[in-house]
Amino acid sequence: MSINQNIPNVAEKPNEAPMTKQAAALAVEAKREDIIVEEGKTVGLPYSDNPKFKLRNVEVFYGEDRAIKDISLDIARNEVISFIGPSGCGKSTFLRCLNRMNDSIDICRVKGQLMLDDVDIYHSKRDVVELRARIGMVFQKPNPFPKSIYDNVAYGPRIHGLANRKSDLDEIVENSLRKAGLWNEVKDRLDATATGMSGGQQQRLCIARAIAVSPEVILMDEPCSALDPIATAKVEELIAEMSESYTIVIVTHSMQQAARVSHRTAYFHLGHLVEVNETDKVFTSPEHELTESYITGRFG
Amino acid sequence: MQTANLLPLILVLALVAYGLAYMRSRAVAAPLGGIRNLKALPFYYAARASLWCGIPALIVLAAWVGFEGRVIQGIVLATLPPELIPTSPGQASLTLSQISNVAAGKLNPDFVPEGIAGAASLLETLRSNSATFKTVLVLLIAVLGGTFAWFRVMPQVNARVSVEATLRRIFFVCAAVAVLTTVGIVFSVILETIRFFGKVSFVDFFFGANWSPQTALRADQVGADGSFGMIPLFTGTLLISAIALLVAVPVGLLSAIYLSEYANKKVRAIAKPLLEMLSGVPTVVYGFFAALTVAPFIRDLAETIGLEASSQSALAAGLVMGIMIIPFVSSLSDDVINAVPQTLRDGSLALGATQSETMKNVIFPAALPGIMGGILLAASRAIGETMIVVMAAGLAANLTANPLETVTTVTVQIATLLVGDQEFDSAKTLAAFALGLMLFIVTLILNVIALKIVRKYREQYD
Amino acid sequence: MTDQRSQAEIVRQSLKRRYRKERRFRLYGMTAIVIALASLFILFADIIGKGYTGFIKTTITLEVTLDSEAMYLDDPTDADQRSMADFNAPIINALSDLIPGVENRAAQRELSRLVGSYGASQIRDMLRANPELLNTTQTMTFLAHDRVSVYVKHADNPNYSIRLSEQQQAWVDELVEKGVIETSFNDVLFSSGDSREPSNAGILGAVVGSLLTMVVTLVIAFPVGVAAAIYLEEFAPQNRFTDFIEVNINNLAAVPSIIFGLLGLAVFIGLFGMPRSVPVVGGLVLALMTLPTIIISSRAAIKSVPPSIREAAEGIGASKMQVVLHHVLPLAMPGMLTGSIIGMAQALGETAPLLLIGMVAFIVEIPDGFFSSATVLPVQVYLWATSAEQGFIELASAGIMILLTFLISMNALAIWLRKRLERRW
Repeated sequence: MSINQNIPNVAEKPNEAPMTKQAAALAVEAKREDIIVEEGKTVGLPYSDNPKFKLRNVEVFYGEDRAIKDISLDIARNEVISFIGPSGCGKSTFLRCLNRMNDSIDICRVKGQLMLDDVDIYHSKRDVVELRARIGMVFQKPNPFPKSIYDNVAYGPRIHGLANRKSDLDEIVENSLRKAGLWNEVKDRLDATATGMSGGQQQRLCIARAIAVSPEVILMDEPCSALDPIATAKVEELIAEMSESYTIVIVTHSMQQAARVSHRTAYFHLGHLVEVNETDKVFTSPEHELTESYITGRFG
Repeated sequence: MQTANLLPLILVLALVAYGLAYMRSRAVAAPLGGIRNLKALPFYYAARASLWCGIPALIVLAAWVGFEGRVIQGIVLATLPPELIPTSPGQASLTLSQISNVAAGKLNPDFVPEGIAGAASLLETLRSNSATFKTVLVLLIAVLGGTFAWFRVMPQVNARVSVEATLRRIFFVCAAVAVLTTVGIVFSVILETIRFFGKVSFVDFFFGANWSPQTALRADQVGADGSFGMIPLFTGTLLISAIALLVAVPVGLLSAIYLSEYANKKVRAIAKPLLEMLSGVPTVVYGFFAALTVAPFIRDLAETIGLEASSQSALAAGLVMGIMIIPFVSSLSDDVINAVPQTLRDGSLALGATQSETMKNVIFPAALPGIMGGILLAASRAIGETMIVVMAAGLAANLTANPLETVTTVTVQIATLLVGDQEFDSAKTLAAFALGLMLFIVTLILNVIALKIVRKYREQYD
Repeated sequence: MTDQRSQAEIVRQSLKRRYRKERRFRLYGMTAIVIALASLFILFADIIGKGYTGFIKTTITLEVTLDSEAMYLDDPTDADQRSMADFNAPIINALSDLIPGVENRAAQRELSRLVGSYGASQIRDMLRANPELLNTTQTMTFLAHDRVSVYVKHADNPNYSIRLSEQQQAWVDELVEKGVIETSFNDVLFSSGDSREPSNAGILGAVVGSLLTMVVTLVIAFPVGVAAAIYLEEFAPQNRFTDFIEVNINNLAAVPSIIFGLLGLAVFIGLFGMPRSVPVVGGLVLALMTLPTIIISSRAAIKSVPPSIREAAEGIGASKMQVVLHHVLPLAMPGMLTGSIIGMAQALGETAPLLLIGMVAFIVEIPDGFFSSATVLPVQVYLWATSAEQGFIELASAGIMILLTFLISMNALAIWLRKRLERRW
């Protein structure tokens, strides 16, 4: 009966996942004690003249745990910026601060100044619904609603009352699907359920669903991690096309992807923002030692 | 010897067999160079011996106890003088109880016919003989079994394999008890139902709009004139169940939604167990509450607004039954709502939907099949519920849709027809079994469909 | 860009309406919770409000003179004399002494009805046991008549109708004033079986009956349930019969309990000729009813034992049975126990199937074995709740409180066990 009596009761801690990830990352850090990250110090080009997002001294806590440590960053209008870094470095957490998706986690607190078009995102009077209507999001795993393809895309415009007539709605749906490069594939089966599509199609449907609300910003949380290479290529193509009309923030695990799609790249490490720079610069001549170790594959 | 005393005796014998076989296995092993030269540990030889000793004896004992009563009754009845031999099963049970009362000394033998007194003494003799035989036989089997296993303690025999195989068979039999129970239910109700339809026509039962089984009590007129139309019972059951679901479904569903989507941790930690408490309250308590508090309250309330309400209204029973199944609906809905993946919720919220829009447009449609399954289970529960309706719904078989009137249900009728003294074989008694069969079939269908839907739903999101 | 701007405007305009809807929806949810919890609260408050008086008894303490002439009794050891004697006389005399002016016989009889109907037999039994007390004066405490008890306890309660005459009410008031009529803790409730008289009725018989029935249920359902769960989880081959058993168990768990009563009536009583009203049959029926619950929870407990444990044992060369009995079963036991306690709690509260197998009989004696006639707690509550006498209502509520106490303790035990013993992997 005494087997495993010492196993701690982890199930009682809801914040278990970030903790263990962090623990793993800490192990990496222990090996590389020689490199010190100075808090609040980001090398490269973190600021912009024409910022869509102005983020200053952002800190995120999970209970007692500091997951994001004093990050300051600008995200420019109509730019594509990638967040890269080892798992557990806080890049997804940081992304989810931008449209307040962290709100639904009880123990999560966000400090600092986060401005969208010079208006505070976390202001107590700020309306999340309106905010999220302006900031679309695409998730790691394709998550179409178990409805028809049409209803998936029409969902956003419907709840926000963006279309007065059926024909308006049809138009929005068609445009969004076209923009997502999906129109030709699904125009004959708009009434089919979305869950029957392939993974790549589902993810592009989710993108179409996001742009149907005409957001200004699109956040993408590892949008290709669940897709095969061909589907990934299609989504990346799409991102490139969309960069003309939207500000896109993309979290990715794949450095190649970051290199392919983004204008700027931000490297995160253990909740710190270590380096931000032109993508080419980051991948060819990183300024910070940690960034270099990461992109040369010494850890990650 | 009493069965209650035989059981521990068999246990003791089995332990003795265990000890002896254990010692023997060590003794056998000693010249071979220790127990490692045995095919199995001494424990297994010993365990096998106690199994051999105990199990056959227990099986014989169970069979004996199970059929002893019937066999003895049969012999006693068969040896009665011809003028006393009963002609109907009802009479037989009367005669038998008379005989056993004489035998037990509750009835003075001088007051009964001589044949009965003789039968009573025969009964006594048979009983004591049976007890002796039983004791001797069972103990003999136990000793024989134990001895056999004792002789079989041999180094080349792998006792572990046979012990494990036996255990496995025992486990199988235990699992099969569930099937036996179902078979038992089906056979017991079907046999009586067939006899019922020998007395009452199919059409009358299923399509008759009049239920008054009491008239069947009149002798030599059984069934023919008693009305056994189940339609009023059926509609009564439906009316009360519908009221119950009307209460339980919205309240249960909305509670589940509130608790899973809106309530903070503290509220959830308090409200959830309290809700579950509602399902732990025995039905008799709800029956008491319905009959003595809710029903008078509804009657008074109806009177103040100028309506006429019976003191045993369908509404009272239905309302309280609804309260009873709230936790049923809420916990099942809670399960299925939580099974909807978080990614769908995030997808909708990220589009700027409010929580209620997400709930109504995304989560609820996704969870709907599961919720439907839960509602079907709740309906089956409402239909089969007995105590609340027995205490609060009354006996009058009215064909009405007015919730303020008295109605009766299938379960109420089963309970009333079978409680108290009853003649076996009268249409009245048999009718209860026919109703039982209907109830079993209806709830079975509901359960099968519901379980299928719920399972399919779970698989969808696994 | 203009498109985005104008759309943002549309969204902003719709917000007010949408938040109103949101609030309304939230309100519905809150209302539902409040309704459910209020029902629970009202239910408990109602039962406690009706039942706490069940724990109070009303007694009349009198100085009775056991006058042999008044009772027409010379020799209390003589059964014939006892059967003819008037044991009511001392009570009447004692009461008449306390309330002067009650002269005529009818009024005296009215007066004597303040004492419960077992008052006379109380004197009789005492004299039979102690014949030397004849012609002495004794202080005796009698249970008051049900009507007196109702009057004393519920004079202001509109739900009770007072069935005492004006005259009797005045007497009772006077006796209460004098301290002759008193209320105290109802020990009768805990020390006796059922009775026709509410004042004399107790719950002990039903508690013992429930206990005996539960023992039978536990002894059958627990081992069989655990064995069945082990078979299905560990040994059952993947075939149709196994599927059939599984479907069967799931369905049995949802079969209405009254059907199990039909099974018990037809099989145990009809086919095997077992006696009615006895704990053995009740226990068997409840065991069959509880079995699915125990099997389902035991299977869940077995499933939660991680495969690594099994693999470790198998790797050492343990046989399948040894793996199960030495490793899986001990680790799954807390979960099995928890499920079984919850199943037993269900069985303890079950009424309907027991009605059909005759456990509703009126039984005064406290059952002394598995084959003696008995009733159980919930059935006793049912019997009292459907009795005509008003005094039984408060007893039924008191019985419910006792039943709920048992159930809540069992569930608390299960929760404690789960917290204490269950480990998470």
